[in-house]
Amino acid sequence: MKKDLPPPYTALTRHPMMPRTKHDESARFNFLTHFNRYLSGTLGAGNKLAYETRVLPAFRAEHGRDPEHRYEIRDAMNRDPFHRMWSALKRNSMEMRQMNGRQAVLRQLDELDAQARQFNEHSGLLELDASIEQPLYQTCVDIHCQPGGYHSEERPGDVTVGANYDVGLFATVGGALGALNDGGGQALVAWAKANKPDWKPKRILDIGCTVGHNAVPLAQGFPDAEVIAIDTAGATLRYAAARAAGLGVKNIKFVQANGEDLSRFPDNHFDWVQTTMFLHELSASSMPRILREAHRVLKPGGLILHVEQPQYGPDMPLFEQFMRDWDAFNNNEPFWSAMHGVELEDVMADAGFTHAEQFVVGVRAVVDPTIFPPSPEGEAEDFGRAAVWNAYGAWKVAPAKEIAA
Amino acid sequence: MTEGIDWIARSGARAKGRRPAFFDEPALDRLYSLTLALASELSATRERLDTVERLLETGGTLRREDIEAYAPDRAAGEERGESTRAYIARIMRGFQQEVEAMENPDPPIMDWVEKLSTP
Ligand SMILES: C[S@@+](CC[C@H](N)C(=O)[O-])C[C@H]1O[C@@H](n2cnc3c(N)ncnc32)[C@H](O)[C@@H]1O
Repeated sequence: MKKDLPPPYTALTRHPMMPRTKHDESARFNFLTHFNRYLSGTLGAGNKLAYETRVLPAFRAEHGRDPEHRYEIRDAMNRDPFHRMWSALKRNSMEMRQMNGRQAVLRQLDELDAQARQFNEHSGLLELDASIEQPLYQTCVDIHCQPGGYHSEERPGDVTVGANYDVGLFATVGGALGALNDGGGQALVAWAKANKPDWKPKRILDIGCTVGHNAVPLAQGFPDAEVIAIDTAGATLRYAAARAAGLGVKNIKFVQANGEDLSRFPDNHFDWVQTTMFLHELSASSMPRILREAHRVLKPGGLILHVEQPQYGPDMPLFEQFMRDWDAFNNNEPFWSAMHGVELEDVMADAGFTHAEQFVVGVRAVVDPTIFPPSPEGEAEDFGRAAVWNAYGAWKVAPAKEIAA
Repeated sequence: MTEGIDWIARSGARAKGRRPAFFDEPALDRLYSLTLALASELSATRERLDTVERLLETGGTLRREDIEAYAPDRAAGEERGESTRAYIARIMRGFQQEVEAMENPDPPIMDWVEKLSTP
């Protein structure tokens, strides 16, 4: 595709579990992809202009100082007519994405459920545990306006929520994650191989795997490893396991479990513990518990990596923090703001990873050549198209006394 | 079609969590939902028409299943993408020009009227 055009929805890979879309369902996704780009690009610029030309001057006139926190900017911007219109458009586009995905999924739910059952009965990739309770932070609101969240069912044993998540992501991200929406996971594999060429992780844990977009590439990238992908939401895991089976992956298991309690695994068990776009959907009490458990089950010498949007930090302008916070208040992401406001390095230190063990790295997405053909200008331009994820990580060192012994 | 579930009714299920009111007048919030949904439907219809034209142009006849299965090749995908971009630019003109006006603000027209009317 030309640089300024997102790929059509039909460039998506139809793996066996992927809901089939009719012509107009694809076309509605195409509209949303273009519309979202327009909103963040052409119209998005209006937010900053409104802030600089009238909201900030009015704030200064009223308070005699500049805003000191992103929440002060939010209160002021929420009264600005342009920002209100922009937010209304954005919220509606999210809701329309959900409805279009759900229409596609629900009209063919009999086929999808039958297909998933078939895969899950034979693959051995799925281990559900009905005793796992859904955390409050997953049930109090439906995260990012996804009706039913990750855990609800339209009828017992169905795959609606997982299928809807999968069918719409390509449109939401404009194809930037590749034809299988797995560019993040592929990037992790590429990063690990480039940085530790001889590393052969044997056991990998992915916490909060959802439909496995980024856990499956770990299994594919390290075929000798065993990947355990856990999630609290059984409804989503049913789809995840069937999707992986449909892709022919065998060295992964989807287990219904809560990251706050990994007692089923002994200490020092995994070579790699991964979370991807996960921490911001938790709560202030659960995040440290999960990080402590992750530290416990990680082997000395092992890797922990959390892929997230960048933390706010003192260097990030307050206006940018306010814009990045939009989803917290307008798209049902209630922990987003607090999570991005903490010093993640300190939270990881409390969980057992000294600051010396930690690192932050930008992991570059692998650009999918089937969607974005390699440009004649070569790598430089492809780098421009590749998304970069922030990863907060650590290589765990053995406790001092064990080294001495 | 799915048995035992009203798939149309369920597809509109709302996400749990109170929806923000973006405007002081609730009817405006509803109007935004309605207008944007209509814009999307018209976009889909235009894309379908483009599909029909392309199928007729190459095959001379039309089968509905060919419409449902149609996937544009790269060149057609780009043409259609460009036309969707142009469509959005047309329907969003008012918003876009408001951004332009914030970037390069003008005084009220009366200022000019008065200025040009005084010798
Ligand atoms: C934003 S999604 C993660 C996306 C996914 N890692 C990927 O790369 O595609 C968050 C997921 O975490 C799950 N989750 C939330 N709390 C959890 C917990 N305490 N333990 C395990 N999974 C949890 C949710 O059910 C949801 O599927």
